[in-house]
Amino acid sequence: MRAFIEYFAAIGRTVVTLGDGLAVTGSYFLRRPVTLQYPDRTEKPMVALLPERSRGMLEVDLDRCPGCTACETACPIGCIRIEVSKGKPRLITRFDIDLGRCMNCGLCSEPCPTECLKHTKEFEGGMYKPDLLLIHFVEQPVPVAPVKKGEPGPPPKPLGSILRRLLTDPYGRKRPAPAPAPAAAASAPAPPVAVAAPQPVSASTPPVSATPSAAPPSTPATSGGPS
Amino acid sequence: MQLLAERIATWLGMEGLPRQAVVAGVVLVVALVVATVVLTIAGILTWAERRVAGRTQSRVGPNRVGPLGFLQWVADGIKLITKEDVIPAAADRTLFRLAPYPVIVGIFAAFASVPFGQKLIAADLNVGVLYLMAITSLVVVGVLMAGWASNNKWALLGGVRSAAQIVSYEVPSVLAALSVVLLAGTLSLQGIIGKQGGWPWEWYLFYNPFTFVAFFLFFTSAVAEGNRTPFDLPEAESELVAGYNVEYSGMRFAGFFLGEFANVYLLSAIATALFFGGWQIPGVTPDMQAASPVWQAVGVGLFALKAGTGAFVVLWLRWTMPRLRVDQLMGLCYRYLLPLSFAMLLGNAAYVWLVPQWAAWVVQGATTTVGLAVAGVFVRRVFYHIRHVGDDVSLDLARGESGTFDPQLQVRVYGAFRRRHAGDSAS
Repeated sequence: MRAFIEYFAAIGRTVVTLGDGLAVTGSYFLRRPVTLQYPDRTEKPMVALLPERSRGMLEVDLDRCPGCTACETACPIGCIRIEVSKGKPRLITRFDIDLGRCMNCGLCSEPCPTECLKHTKEFEGGMYKPDLLLIHFVEQPVPVAPVKKGEPGPPPKPLGSILRRLLTDPYGRKRPAPAPAPAAAASAPAPPVAVAAPQPVSASTPPVSATPSAAPPSTPATSGGPS
Repeated sequence: MQLLAERIATWLGMEGLPRQAVVAGVVLVVALVVATVVLTIAGILTWAERRVAGRTQSRVGPNRVGPLGFLQWVADGIKLITKEDVIPAAADRTLFRLAPYPVIVGIFAAFASVPFGQKLIAADLNVGVLYLMAITSLVVVGVLMAGWASNNKWALLGGVRSAAQIVSYEVPSVLAALSVVLLAGTLSLQGIIGKQGGWPWEWYLFYNPFTFVAFFLFFTSAVAEGNRTPFDLPEAESELVAGYNVEYSGMRFAGFFLGEFANVYLLSAIATALFFGGWQIPGVTPDMQAASPVWQAVGVGLFALKAGTGAFVVLWLRWTMPRLRVDQLMGLCYRYLLPLSFAMLLGNAAYVWLVPQWAAWVVQGATTTVGLAVAGVFVRRVFYHIRHVGDDVSLDLARGESGTFDPQLQVRVYGAFRRRHAGDSAS
């Protein structure tokens, strides 16, 4: 008798658990998918969708850099190389970051006294040659920025605008004018107004005109890197 | 089919040898039409499977080729046709080349007697059910041939498993189908459909408790016969790589693949004909349907809808159930399905013999009520589970194409889920 009951109890358990399992998967079937179709079907540019404090590739704003080399010292893998000339106006003659070796640990941006070395949200750095990720931030020697505690230096540029200008495409060619939306979205903490494809021209002007200061644009890969 | 051909030949006024040629030609055309329809259905089902799998796993699924990715199966088919057909060096070449054909023939030939509509049937055999059960058994031969000829341990194990499984599950599926045959008093599928009606309470599914159980027995055994998950031991990826078709590539692989998906539709179509009233339209008698082409089209559509729903359930099952072990598989068949299907057959026989007509009406009504109540409970459970994780329901299958992504929503929804179950894993 006990075996008899157990036999039908097993059938009952099977039916109930199978039915409930189907209900679970059915509920997921009815639910909205969470997939983000990354390269080409995102609502906003990917950079605008990334979390506020995500660490992407590094960039340095030389207008605010005091040339203290604290970041170079802090880097555990030595992917930052800085050279500062002696002399009356001390000049930063080289500021190279090998983004291909950078592990995005953020140890360099912590000691930076002027917050000129920062992680952008940029992450698309696929290149056919690893050297193309060696970014030379100094195009012409720049004088170091005078550091005064509590004194605001030059205003920070939109996050990522400097890097996007220097980063080549995968073949090592200069990229076209930087995409508009990421800069606006990255700098503003509030969610930006829906920026879709239609208006690239009007929005693309600020990042371009924001950085004409230092030098006429030159080809990015001019000299051999540090290493 | 034969009749149609004969009628056309008579209409053309042909006698003797030309008449035979016309008959053969018509038969060939009908066969080609059926094969094309089946291939299309199987192709669409491969796409549907991937879409269903995607949504079940909170993904989107194929969505690049055509609207909703619908043309994905065409692209896949073209890819498979253009691929190299590799034959292993140590394989039995003749058997290896021949193996896909019994599988394809076994399943495609079965469609000859599937009643897509009241008049849309290639051959209304008076032994339709018997024919279906017999011809689909041809699949075993092909699977065993493929397993043996590949000269590969995985393929051989898969083939042997598949043979054991199909032969075992053939028995309960036939016995469950016999319950219906017993009630209808005919083996012809059109005859069985004709005995049912359009409304749910006129279906054999709700005829009495025995047929209600017999349907689930039939469905389970048919899924197992089709080597579908949770009974896909012959193709168990984790142990047998791909089972009996591991060495196949290109169009020969596509033969097995399309055969599997055609089989999904076939089993749903048979279940529709046996238990769900086939092409019967609620409120329309077969005579009315025979008179009007519009009702004919509606009937065909209704059959396709019912069979499509059945196929969807098979796909849905695949993404719900884990795979059974071999001993569990055989245990399920011989300890549960087989005795139960015998019991249902005997129960139906006793029912036909003992229960008077007025009592049969009551039983029919009660079974329908219980069946619909079960369905209601199930739907409630679905919505319970939706509420449980956060209701973000979208019946719009195109949704998600635009890549709507809200990290905050994910955090909110799954954070709430985690908080609710915070104590579960700790204990």
